[in-house]
Amino acid sequence: MNELDLKALGVTGINQRLYKVPKDSNERHWVITNPMGQHAIACGLDGPLQVDIKGHVGFYCGGMNKEAEIIIHGHAGVGVAENMMSGVVWIKGNASESAGATGNGGLLVIDGDASSRCGISMKGIDIVVGGSVGHMSAFMAQRGNLVVCGDAGDALGDSIYEARLYVKGKVAGLGADCIEKEMKSEHLEDLARLLERAKRKDKPSDFRRYGSARKLYNFNVDHADAY
Amino acid sequence: MCGIVGLYLKNPKLQSKLGAMFKPMIIEMTNRGPDSAGVAIYRNPVKKAEVKFSLAHDDPAYNWKAVDTGLEKALKCDAKIKVIGNHCILVTTAKEDKVVQWLKKTHPQVRVVGSGHTIEIFKETGLPENVYQKFDLSKASGTHIIGHTRMATESAVTTAGSHPFATGADLCLVHNGSLSNHNRLRENLKREGMEFQTENDTEVAAAYMTWKLRNGATLKQALEDGLKDLDGFYTFLVGTADGFAVVRDPIACKHAVMAETDDWVAMATEYRAIAHLPGADDAKIWEPEPTTIYTWGGHA
Repeated sequence: MNELDLKALGVTGINQRLYKVPKDSNERHWVITNPMGQHAIACGLDGPLQVDIKGHVGFYCGGMNKEAEIIIHGHAGVGVAENMMSGVVWIKGNASESAGATGNGGLLVIDGDASSRCGISMKGIDIVVGGSVGHMSAFMAQRGNLVVCGDAGDALGDSIYEARLYVKGKVAGLGADCIEKEMKSEHLEDLARLLERAKRKDKPSDFRRYGSARKLYNFNVDHADAY
Repeated sequence: MCGIVGLYLKNPKLQSKLGAMFKPMIIEMTNRGPDSAGVAIYRNPVKKAEVKFSLAHDDPAYNWKAVDTGLEKALKCDAKIKVIGNHCILVTTAKEDKVVQWLKKTHPQVRVVGSGHTIEIFKETGLPENVYQKFDLSKASGTHIIGHTRMATESAVTTAGSHPFATGADLCLVHNGSLSNHNRLRENLKREGMEFQTENDTEVAAAYMTWKLRNGATLKQALEDGLKDLDGFYTFLVGTADGFAVVRDPIACKHAVMAETDDWVAMATEYRAIAHLPGADDAKIWEPEPTTIYTWGGHA
C-alpha cells in the first residue's frame, strides 16, 4: 500500500503519480489522504489500481475511469465518475448532482443518497444507489442500468432512450416518455446481479422497472405533438 | 460562476475567531469568483436608539470626517465613524431615512451599502484575499458572516456591482447564478419607488426582497414569493440579524452544500470551502433541496 497526501502533493501531483504506475506493476493499492473536497481527484485513471480516498471529495472524482477501483470513504461532489468507461467507483457516503453523468461502462455504487440528475445521459454505466435520487435522474439516459433502493425525485427518466431504471421506493413523477414496464425474469436476474455486486440485501422482486415508451426519440409524424 | 459562503457560530466561544475561520473559506472560492469579493459581518450591535450604516466611496482618501461633523450639525444628532479601507462604518442617533436623504443631498458620491444594528458590509473589486485583507477581517469577531466571490456575467465589474446587496435593516443577499427577467422586474420595482445603483441582476433580487419586506412580508414569505417571481438560476444566501437563510431555484443547478456540527453551521457553493473548518470531516453534510427555505438562528 502506498499513501499519497493530497495536502502535500496537490491534485495534479497525485494524479500524475497514479498515471505513472505501469499496468503490470504490483504497486496496485494507493491511499489518498486529506482530499479536502478538492476537484478531479483520481480522474482519468487507466489501469487496474485500487484507490482508497480517505475523506470527502469535490467535483468530478474518478471521471473517465478505466479499470481502476476507486473507493471514496466520504461524500462526493458534483459529477462523480463522470464519463466512466470501466472499473468501479464506490462512494461510502452521499453523492451530489450528476453522479455517473454520461458514463459508458463500469459500476458506480453510492451507499447513501444521490442528488439531482443522477445518471444523466448515461451510456452503458451501471449505477446502484443505496438511498434515494433527486429530480431529473436518468435524464436522456441511453444505455445501462440505474438501480435506486430508496425513492426517486420528480421527472425520472425524462426523454429516456434505452436505459433500464429500477426503483424500490416511491417515484415522485416520471419524465416525458418514461413509463413503468413489466418486470420479466431476465430483468429480475439482471437486477439480482447488480444488487449483489453492490453488496445490497434488497430483494429484486420489491423493485419496479421503468424505461422508454419509445415515442419521443423515434420520430413519427403521428407523435409530433409529443415533441 | 461565483462562490458564496456563510458561517454561523453556534458556540459563542468561537466568536473571537469568526474572521480567522472564514478567511480560508472565502479564499478557497477565489477561482469561482476572482473579479470582486464582499462580506457581511454581524458584530458590535449598536444601541436600540442608534443606527449603524456601512458607507462606501470610490476615493480611498475620502474625507469621512466631513460626513461625521456635517451630519451631527445638520440633524442635531450624535455620530461616530470608523474608516476601514474605502468604507466607513457610521453609527448615529439620527433617523435612518433622514440620514439617507442628507447623504444623497450633501454627499451624493457616498453609497449606502448596508444599514441596521449589527450588520457591516464590505465589498470591493479584486481578489478575495486582497479584499479580505483590505477590510482587516482576519481578526474580526462576530456571530456570523456571509461572503461572495464574483465572476461577473450579467453586468460590469465594479464595487457597486459586487455582493452582498442590502435588502433592509440587518439583511443582505448574495447570489450565485443569473436572473433572466431582471430588466422587466427592475422597471416594475422602479414604479413601486425602488431605486437602483447598477444594472446588476442581483440588485434587482435584493430590491425585490426589500420591497416585499417593506410591505409587511416575513423573510420566509419574501423568499417564497421570490421563487414565483424571479426567473433564472440561483442559489441565494440571505444574512439576517441573527442568522442566515438559504434557498435554491426549482432546477437547482447552482451548487450548494451545507454542513453542521455542534459548534457551527456553514453553507458554501462547494464543500472544499467548508473543508477548512475544524470538525468538517465529521460534520453532518447535505445538499439543500430545491425550492426549500433553510434558516438558521433567525425567525424567518
